[in-house]
This record gives sequence, structure tokens and C-alpha cells, in this order.
Amino acid sequence: MNDAVSWVGLSVSLLLVAVAAGISWWQRLGLQRQILVAAVRALVQLLLVGAALSLVISPGRSIWWSWLWVVAMLGYAATVARRRAPEVPHLLTLALASFTVAAVVTLGVLFGLHVFPLTGRTLVPIAGMMIGNSMTATVLAGRRLTDELRDKRDEVEARLALGQPSRQAATPYVRAALRAALTPQIETTKATGLVFLPGAMTGLILAGAAPFQAVLVQAVVMFLVLAATATTTTVIALGLIRQLFTPDHRLVYLPAPADH
Amino acid sequence: MAFEFDRITVRRAGRLVLDEVTAWIPAAGITVISGPSGAGKTTLLRLCNRLEVPDEGTVRYRGQPLDELDPLVLRHRVGMVFQRSVPFPGSVADNLAVAHPDAHAGEMSAALARVALDPGLLAQEARTLSGGELQRMSLARTLVTEPETLLLDEPTSALDAQPKQVFENTARELAAQGITIVWVTHDSAQAGRVADRIYQLRDGHMTRATGKAAP
Repeated sequence: MNDAVSWVGLSVSLLLVAVAAGISWWQRLGLQRQILVAAVRALVQLLLVGAALSLVISPGRSIWWSWLWVVAMLGYAATVARRRAPEVPHLLTLALASFTVAAVVTLGVLFGLHVFPLTGRTLVPIAGMMIGNSMTATVLAGRRLTDELRDKRDEVEARLALGQPSRQAATPYVRAALRAALTPQIETTKATGLVFLPGAMTGLILAGAAPFQAVLVQAVVMFLVLAATATTTTVIALGLIRQLFTPDHRLVYLPAPADH
Repeated sequence: MAFEFDRITVRRAGRLVLDEVTAWIPAAGITVISGPSGAGKTTLLRLCNRLEVPDEGTVRYRGQPLDELDPLVLRHRVGMVFQRSVPFPGSVADNLAVAHPDAHAGEMSAALARVALDPGLLAQEARTLSGGELQRMSLARTLVTEPETLLLDEPTSALDAQPKQVFENTARELAAQGITIVWVTHDSAQAGRVADRIYQLRDGHMTRATGKAAP
């Protein structure tokens, strides 16, 4: 790679952080400290991850180390989802289950059908993109469904009182939550290439890959993310319905977020 | 006997909502449960179609403990109209179809006629109905499943005098047709107008029934 960023280059790029902090100081936003801490923290985290990844995916290393890395990412993503949406009951377990299902489906297609060769160098970044994007959609879907069922409790109970099973009574709200969680990803997919150049493609081009090759990889990544978000949000929604209704078709009490 | 409450206790967030309530509601006529706000009336009503379950005690419907009945079958036999009627998206016909997806136009028109609503409203957007019409549409939506018992939770609390009277007359006619009605209200004048018997509920305790057909 001829265009590698040197340590000097990295230091110079810190000027951009200074620009952000300067704007905060100029506009009296009071965010200078947060901007600096975020930048330093991101840099340290990336350096640590880079060092760890160098060990995990170095040539000759067993692929099991990469799988272990993926499992760790799944667990960490589930705890982050839980922290972001504490009002969603059992989100840790549900997120773990949904990420696992999405991993089986998407990694199964990409590696099972030989779209990519199964190596540490492909497995770790692809699983990372899948999990990272799914995490956001999972939080959106879980939060939206819980909000819908809490805020429209009267409507849901009117359906239950008419003899609808809980799954059927929840269907309109599940659909609303899934649409809300998937629409941003669909919009992003539609705008790719026209409005912005996505991360994987930009990274490959900067690293010296031929643009057309970078485009092919990016297209596969976009499809991966679409399938992963659709799978995780559906698993989350169906799993949540089992948690939010009792077996005898009653809606459980859902405290408002402020009650937490 | 429609309902029997056998030493029913309900606690919510550490508060005693119903305290060992024992009472029975006959199948005939209109039974009113009256009392101030927060007395536990709505909770008692919600126990009757298992939207809630008691912490202690047993509720029986026509002799059978509710926890031995399929809740979906029970809710077809025991319909409920809520204090705040919520229209589902779509037309009045769409709303009735939520309750009875196979109902044909004739059945839907008949359900509207039973609650003194013009069958011409079937095609109208449910959200555009007036408060009185909306409450009667909710009643029709419940009646289209042909329940044997109706639970009415303060159904006229948001209505003016005229639509309130129409609703009361409709309920009396339904009771005369043999439908058991359990009506929760805090309006003692209304209780006197519609009830065959009245229970008073206060601070989670039930008094003995009074009225012309008290058990």
C-alpha cells in the first residue's frame, strides 16, 4: 500500500479535531472537552483494536481466533444495545439471539456460497459491519415497538378485548416498528454512490484498490447490511412480543422511560 | 349467576386496589358498580375478561373459574367497551371487521342498528365520528361478536346529556334482549337510572348490593 498514512500524517490530521473544538469554543457550545476526549478515546481504541486485529488475522493464525473475535463483538454489541435502550425488556438476550440469527444467515450466504473466501481478514471486518449496523436497527426497532405498545395500550387492549390473540393484536405495531427501523437503511442504500461514498469503498480506494473492485465489495456489504438489519429487527420484534404479552394474551405493564 | 368474585385481592405497585372482595353478579339485567375514582372499579371489570388477573382469590364466570377458560373464547363471550373509545384505522366497517373478520354487510348493518347508528355510516372513516357515535360504534364493534355479557367501563363519561341518554337507552334495550351488562360508573344519578342493582366500591372494599333486583 503506497498511500499509507504515516504517524506524522495522523498527527497533522489532529488539526481537524482542533477545528471542531475551535468551532465549539467560538460558538460557546461548551463541547471542546467532549470533542477532545472523544477523539483521543477513538484513537486509543482504534490503535488497540488494530494491534489486536494484527494478532488475530495475521497469516498462519487459526481461523478460530477470528470466530472468537466475532463472538466477542456479538456480546459487546448486545450489551451496548441494552445500555442504549434500557426501557426495552430483556433486550440483552433478544439482541444476542437476533445478532446470532443474522450472523448465521448473512455469513452463511457470503462464506457458504463463496462470495468471499473464509479467512480472518474477511470474516472479522464483514461480521463487524454486519453487527454494527444491526445494533442501531435493533435499538430502533426495540424502542419503537415498546413505545408503540405502551403509548397505544388502549388500542391494543381494545383488540385483545375483542378476542384477538396477542400476536395478531400486536401486528400493526410490529409493522410500524419494523418499517421505522428498516427505512433509514433502505434510504441509505438508495442514496449510495449518488449522495455519499460509503466507508468500505472509500477505505479500499484509499488503500489502493481499483475503484471498480471497491464498488463490488461495497455492493456486497450494502446487501449484507440490508439482510442483517431485516433479520435482526424481525427477530427482536417477534421476541419482544413474547416478552410483552403473557401466555394468556394480556399486555404486561410497561413503565414509561422516565420510570427507569 | 354471571360472575362470582371469591375473596379477590389485587395489588398494584404496592397499593391494595381490591381487598378480599367477595360478590356475585346475576346474569339478568344491568349491574352497576359505582364508587369514586380510584376505588378499583375498572380493575374489577378488567378481571372479568382477564385483561388483568387477581393476586389472590378466584373469579368465576357462569360457574367456571376464569383461569380454566380459554381467554380468547372468554373475550368473545364477554365483550368490553372502554371509557375512552379508540377507533382503529379505517372505516366503521373496517373496525367491525377487526372484531368479526367474516361478518358480511348485513350483519354489520344490524350491529349498527342495534346501537341506534345509521347503517349508512359503515363506509365512513371511524376517526371522523362524533364522541357519542364513536362510543356507540365501539359498542357495535363488541356486539358483532355476539357476546352474552357486556362490560361497560364509564362508557358515557365523555358524552353530553343527549348522546348519554341514547347510550343508556341502547344498553337497556340490550339488557332486555337477554345480554348481561356490568356497568362501571362514578355517576350516581346514572347508576340510579340504568341499574337493576348497584354495588358500591370504595377503597377496594365492596358493599352489599342495593336496588330493585339486588341478589
